Amino acid sequence: MTNVRIAGVGLTKFGSHPERTGRDLFAEAALAAREDAGVSRDDYEEIFYGNFMGELAEKQGHQGPVMAEAAGLDCPATRYEQACASAGVAFRQAVATIRSGAADVVLAGGMERMNNLGTAEVTQSLAIAADELFEVRAGVTFPGAYALMARAYFDAFGGDSEDLAHIAVKNHANAMQNDYAQFHREITVDDALESPVVADPLSLYDACPITDGASAVVLVSDDYAERHGLDAPVSVTGSGQGGDKAALQDRPHLARTPAATKAADAAYADAGIGPDDVDVAEVHDCFTIAEVLALESLGLYDHGEGVGAAARGETTRDGDLPVNLSGGLKAKGHPVGATGTAQVVEMTKLLRGDHGNSDAVPDARVGVTHNAGGTVASAVVHVLEVDR
Amino acid sequence: MTDTGYDEWLAAIADGEGYYLACPDGHGSLPPRRSCPHCGAAELTEEPLPATGEVLTFTEVHVPAPNFADEAPYVTAVASFGPVRLTGVVRDLPADEVDLGTTVSVGVGENATTDERLVVFRPASE
Repeated sequence: MTNVRIAGVGLTKFGSHPERTGRDLFAEAALAAREDAGVSRDDYEEIFYGNFMGELAEKQGHQGPVMAEAAGLDCPATRYEQACASAGVAFRQAVATIRSGAADVVLAGGMERMNNLGTAEVTQSLAIAADELFEVRAGVTFPGAYALMARAYFDAFGGDSEDLAHIAVKNHANAMQNDYAQFHREITVDDALESPVVADPLSLYDACPITDGASAVVLVSDDYAERHGLDAPVSVTGSGQGGDKAALQDRPHLARTPAATKAADAAYADAGIGPDDVDVAEVHDCFTIAEVLALESLGLYDHGEGVGAAARGETTRDGDLPVNLSGGLKAKGHPVGATGTAQVVEMTKLLRGDHGNSDAVPDARVGVTHNAGGTVASAVVHVLEVDR
Repeated sequence: MTDTGYDEWLAAIADGEGYYLACPDGHGSLPPRRSCPHCGAAELTEEPLPATGEVLTFTEVHVPAPNFADEAPYVTAVASFGPVRLTGVVRDLPADEVDLGTTVSVGVGENATTDERLVVFRPASE
């Protein structure tokens, strides 16, 4: 099987850019990735593109060809929609395509434009990732859904809002060194605990912001990298995806995310590694409780142990297992359909040594990215390894 | 707009004749559905929904979506009714009196914002 290498990565600054079109955002990220890769335009064979709410935000369906044009490329382009895991599944398809031998050079990425809608409309738009009949009609918003999981977690395993606040504090601190992050503002545990309640037990600082942005990654086969003398030290060695019932009510555990466990187990097996080999992780912390569920599903912590990891200093910058050095979705921002590949961009830079926080993991060899859709009815996990 | 299967199910709950779908292996699920989500069996029968359920988790939503603008703050809960779980809005019970394990009955109410029918939990009379 062909080894897949990351030849180039690109991001827009994440934040509020209500005036910028989706195609402009994606163009910026894609051109940055293309420049970073230094691959001839004619060699791009396919584009795998993630986007969630394009019909609602820009009245634009059929975004594949629009984004290929924006990226300055002339090749087939397909949009993948899997809620907040849209770019994660797009990336997974890109990896599979190179591994199969069907292509040597592909671009994977994603884009979301959200701030041109008001907060209420964004809340409504995000809610469609939940089960429309059985959750949305019963008033389940996205923060509401994660609040249901947070309360179930506290009941099953313990932990409290203060533990979650430490996660927010950690991720805000990490974002300080990330030029592309939406927030450059440190917060305290008290700030988080005193922020307005969104859906109890979750408050404003438990939630990621509404974000516009795009991300892109150029993937190449080993053979192509060698023939063209590319500097591409990071490989994608594991890929896994898992699924679950769409509605929370239909799952046996409200405080576990087995879709992510399945994705992680598959990705680890694919890479021939285990959780103990992981040096650094970027996980889908759309809400602070989501980071906890991710750490436990990835096998990095036992059930019930993940909630205190940030408070104990284990997942902080100076801890044994730094998590979300990018700032995470919480502080880096969460342009929904761009997040999966944005995590890959951040991890690639962390492993290559050209991220603002690379000095926190100078010897890291194995990184994991975890991207979730809905209340983790979908999950995609990738293992990245760097030549050292 | 009608939603065949779902609308009939809500109407049955409103009439006090709620049901769930059971497969030959005893898994429960909610309509509209043509196969069991747990084992794939296609032979589903309607069985009476238990009269009361138990709250498994809940949240008081303070920031609503537009379709609940006139309801906030409101409590949404997931409650267990025998072999199935339902998600609904809790009414006739103050938020600070809802707890895990609270016994509720299920009925149908109206969403004050959209006039849509919705699943409603109320404190069960002992």
